[in-house]
Amino acid sequence: MPWTRDEMAARAARELKDGFYVNLGIGIPTLVANHVPPGINVQLQSENGMLGLGPFPYEGEEDPDLINAGKQTITELPTSSYFDSAQSFAMIRGGHIDLSILGALQVAQNGDLANWMIPGKMVKGMGGAMDLVAGVKRVVVLMEHTAGGKPKLLRRCTLPLTGARVVDLVITDLGVFEIARRGPERMRLIELAPGVTEAEVRARTEADYEVALAGAA
Amino acid sequence: MKKVYPDARAALAGLLRDGMTIMSGGFGLCGIPALLIEAIRESGVKDLTVISNNAGIDGVGLGVLLETRQIRKMISSYVGENAEFARQYLAGELEIEFNPQGTLAERIRAGGAGIPAFFTRTGVGTAVAEGKETREFDGEIYVMERGLFADLAIVHAYMGDTEGNLRYRKTARNFNPIMATAAKVTVAQVEHLVKPGEMDPDCIHTPGVFVKRIIQCPPGYEKRIEQRTVRKREPAAAAGEEV
Repeated sequence: MPWTRDEMAARAARELKDGFYVNLGIGIPTLVANHVPPGINVQLQSENGMLGLGPFPYEGEEDPDLINAGKQTITELPTSSYFDSAQSFAMIRGGHIDLSILGALQVAQNGDLANWMIPGKMVKGMGGAMDLVAGVKRVVVLMEHTAGGKPKLLRRCTLPLTGARVVDLVITDLGVFEIARRGPERMRLIELAPGVTEAEVRARTEADYEVALAGAA
Repeated sequence: MKKVYPDARAALAGLLRDGMTIMSGGFGLCGIPALLIEAIRESGVKDLTVISNNAGIDGVGLGVLLETRQIRKMISSYVGENAEFARQYLAGELEIEFNPQGTLAERIRAGGAGIPAFFTRTGVGTAVAEGKETREFDGEIYVMERGLFADLAIVHAYMGDTEGNLRYRKTARNFNPIMATAAKVTVAQVEHLVKPGEMDPDCIHTPGVFVKRIIQCPPGYEKRIEQRTVRKREPAAAAGEEV
């Protein structure tokens, strides 16, 4: 059985370490906040100028001055701080954020990431994605293994890049891949979703990868 | 020199001309200088280049200047929420220059700080770096980006005094403080206008030197919410929210 979206998010949450400052993208990555393991404290960063994101407000307590990067109303925590956009990206670009978890359209076996535009369609812009992948210490992609039956893990991205050699780990509904950001290209399959076989993954993946499953090959 | 003006139209008098470049603060609809945008609409000034992270939504924020076709070009990082924007862009009526959000912020910060250019890793190996100078530092490739400086910056603050000192509130700060530093003239709209001494000098985000003109928002000024999201009053609430 492939992982559900929530199971993918739970798997991604295992990448969190106590004391981490983390930036979560929109979509499945948002769900990671619901799966923070017990005993692990993390602070969520929002690119629009906040550290320490709280949950959605109770009805009637929405504050137009308090939103996340998805422009949704949120709340603050005792640990929260606010800052301007230049300082927000100084944190991101300057390597002060430990982990970024984001979605993708395509990932290549060398760690290239495409997630901001599809030529011929309306381009909305890259927002903070290019800064996040260029500056955050560790970049984890959380995405469906295929789109409309077509592989998203490729030898080379065909869509315009968000960043070159920027992805460390890819978690899909079928398994987990580790990618080398430096040196020779290397992508390794390190985990399978329960009941999913390596042959199934192979059939739905264009990228070349090694199999390095714990306790197996 | 008196910085306080009675309203947005008076505060912008003599500052607007066709073809000028305007920075406009805010993230989404949070912390946007809506009164000053409205006064720009009323002035009819056109062929504007507007530097703003987003382009408002239909009928709100910079959306009102798109409706009246006063904007010729936008420099932004994300413009997804605006149908009129998409229509004009696809029809070739509107030019857009996308900047990564952090690069946009730093270009503004640099422009305001007298730094004409800087190098960043953001965008290396992507379309953003095409045609730009690159350079290697300590084994990494960086791309050169230019500072931005506008003819006019319009910003929104929570509190200001008659000297132009400003303080922002929560995530309504965003691009406002850096834009306030990066234009020939900065005009601020504030929710609460106070006398000098009523703001703690240790808690001022934008020192008055950067602000030439200031107005107070009238009573009942509405700050719009783009995505109203709430949780139920039951005990077990959802954990932290996304970014």
